[in-house]
Amino acid sequence: MSVRPHRILPVISLSLLALVLLPVEVAAATAATWIDSLWRVLSLQDYNTRLVVFSTTLLGMASGWVGTFLLLRKRALMGDALSHACLPGIGIAFLIMVALGGSGKALAGLLTGASISGLLGVAAILIIRRTTTIKDDAAMGIILSVFFGLGIVILGMVQELPGASAAGLESFIYGKTASMVQQDFNLLVALSVLSGIACLLLTKEFTLLCFDEAYGRSMGWPIGKLDMLMLALVAAVTVVGLQAVGLILIIAFLIIPAAAARFWTENLVRMLLLAGGIGAISGWLGSSISALAPRLPAGAIIVLVTAFIFILSMLFGIRRGVLPRTVAALRLKRKIGRQHLLRAIYELQECTSVADGSAKFNSRITFASLCKHRHWTPKAVHRLIRKAKKEDHIENFDGIHLQLSEAGYGEASRITRNHRLWERFLIEHADIAANHVDRDADSVEHILSPDMVRELEQQLKSSATPSSPHPTGGKH
Amino acid sequence: MEWYALDSWIVLTGALCAIACALPGTFLVLRNMSMMGDAISHAVLPGLAIAFLLSGSRSSIWMFVGAAVVGLITALATQWISHWGKVDRNASMGIVFTTLFALGLLIIVQAADHVDLDPNCVLYGALELTPLDVVAEWTWFGLLIELPRAALVLAVVASINLLIICVFYKEMKVAAFDPDLSEAQGFRAGWMHYLLMAQVAVTTVAAFEAVGSIIVVAMLIVPPATALLLSKRLGMVLFLSATLGAAAALMGHLAAIHFPPLLGFNGTSTAGMMALATGFLFVLAWLKHLMFN
Repeated sequence: MSVRPHRILPVISLSLLALVLLPVEVAAATAATWIDSLWRVLSLQDYNTRLVVFSTTLLGMASGWVGTFLLLRKRALMGDALSHACLPGIGIAFLIMVALGGSGKALAGLLTGASISGLLGVAAILIIRRTTTIKDDAAMGIILSVFFGLGIVILGMVQELPGASAAGLESFIYGKTASMVQQDFNLLVALSVLSGIACLLLTKEFTLLCFDEAYGRSMGWPIGKLDMLMLALVAAVTVVGLQAVGLILIIAFLIIPAAAARFWTENLVRMLLLAGGIGAISGWLGSSISALAPRLPAGAIIVLVTAFIFILSMLFGIRRGVLPRTVAALRLKRKIGRQHLLRAIYELQECTSVADGSAKFNSRITFASLCKHRHWTPKAVHRLIRKAKKEDHIENFDGIHLQLSEAGYGEASRITRNHRLWERFLIEHADIAANHVDRDADSVEHILSPDMVRELEQQLKSSATPSSPHPTGGKH
Repeated sequence: MEWYALDSWIVLTGALCAIACALPGTFLVLRNMSMMGDAISHAVLPGLAIAFLLSGSRSSIWMFVGAAVVGLITALATQWISHWGKVDRNASMGIVFTTLFALGLLIIVQAADHVDLDPNCVLYGALELTPLDVVAEWTWFGLLIELPRAALVLAVVASINLLIICVFYKEMKVAAFDPDLSEAQGFRAGWMHYLLMAQVAVTTVAAFEAVGSIIVVAMLIVPPATALLLSKRLGMVLFLSATLGAAAALMGHLAAIHFPPLLGFNGTSTAGMMALATGFLFVLAWLKHLMFN
């Protein structure tokens, strides 16, 4: 097989992913034929997997969109409660259809039953929350377990019903990902179009619902109805997804893509797009991988792929990922340390000039006095100096004496000035005592923007570096 | 009405399960972590599968160890994801348990030749059959008593839970209502959290091995929530939720015997009926709450 350039990247990344997931199969097949068959599946050349792959991709996309709002509304487990609450409806629908003389397994009837009991469950959760002090999660747990219990009771009775086979009703709960039919696909297309349109038209309203319900209510929005509408959308995704791919996968699809997308962006529209994309990619990849080898249940593989994407997002997501946040925190810590060093040197120089009665200039100070000034250990000071030297802020350091460079002196006076402007502001406008102000200013001075500094200058009518309102450390 | 020793054992097992669950369940509800039982009962599947593969038998001790370890991993991973990733705790619970369940399913399907584990059986349990698995029997005043394994296991777990609550009552109370105060008073709220999680994991595993997961989730949450509607004192809530759970077990079994024939059916799931009975008691308490508050 000739590998065209645009195919290389996905194939490499996918085979890396698959290496993690399928050690046994990889060892068995030779690499070349394996990549070949992977590509056949991924590019949907195999006719029989096309339906499954398309369906799970669509479902992943739809549940990514809807799940975003659920996650932001802190109701991530609503899908869990809802999918369990569908069970009694399925049993009752089966009973009614049998009583009417049918086989009891018409998809439309079962879906209707599941939707009705799911929505009843959701309504019960909302009512419990509104009329008692019971919290969301406990209300969900109550409805989940009691409705599921009811469902098991009904199925337990139905199973012994003469003349009607209830076998297979439970596959409604466990899904049948690998054996989906055209009917399921049509339903999923309708569902994803519906939820796409709803999310598009109601983005503003749903955003309001997620972030400031009370404000929305005070502005006269029909918050209760919007809430019900959002949950009806969740119910639609859950019920359609439930019989197509099973309970666990639909719960995972409603939570994980949205949670993964949250690490990459702070913007709701982008998060919606990303969550839909992550859901779709997981569905596509997962069902493709499961089609590659026997004994890889599609639902489980899709969940694992989604979880893998979640872990990557949690580690590397540029907005809230663990690594970027750690790096940013380290950088800030280092910047604060550097600024403290420069200010300490500046304050020492000030002390000497006051003691000598001379004008302030960039004088040499001793290493020992620097340690004493802020009660730093020599080791810590050495580390700070090493970093400041790298930025050309310090020169002529011989182990005993040191001096600021031209650039360092400018920077030090700017930092000290920011610190003192903020201190003065706190004293004059926030009524904080002069001997308490140093520490408060410390936590803010490092993040003062130029605009803020200009405003402080105007407020305090001062452009030169003001003198410190409190003694600046040790006397020499 | 015909009542056999079998029926007594079913009710007793259900009641012991209710008591074992109600004690840690109360604290779960108070800490807004009600879904933890549901999460753990789904998440232990890989633990069961791996324990089965390693030990090669369905002997319950290995299954129990495997499930308890994975149960604790669930609690820890949930904590890590919500702490490090700043994800909502319920969402991170959902992420962890769906992933672990999928992993368990994959292991079971991959090793289908060696593993004779039915996920359905794990989730539903068969309370009706528990009295048949007898660990000890003796005669007492001419009456043959056959102690079922499930009843013994649940009695042990219930006693351990009761002991832990008695010893750490004050600490658990403070840690549940005001973690900062508990830190200030010199004991770690975090440890109380993990103790509770370990308790929930062990209880969930022990109970669903005996009676199925649906009844565990119901008994963990519904009786404590009912009790919280009836009383505002923690001691009273603990007592009430254990009592209500035990009452629901009795009602559930009676209903499972007598209700289906009324509709012309032969019988139904006892565990499901017990879960339904807890819901019935909750609705009663809720109505009282609505009328008198």
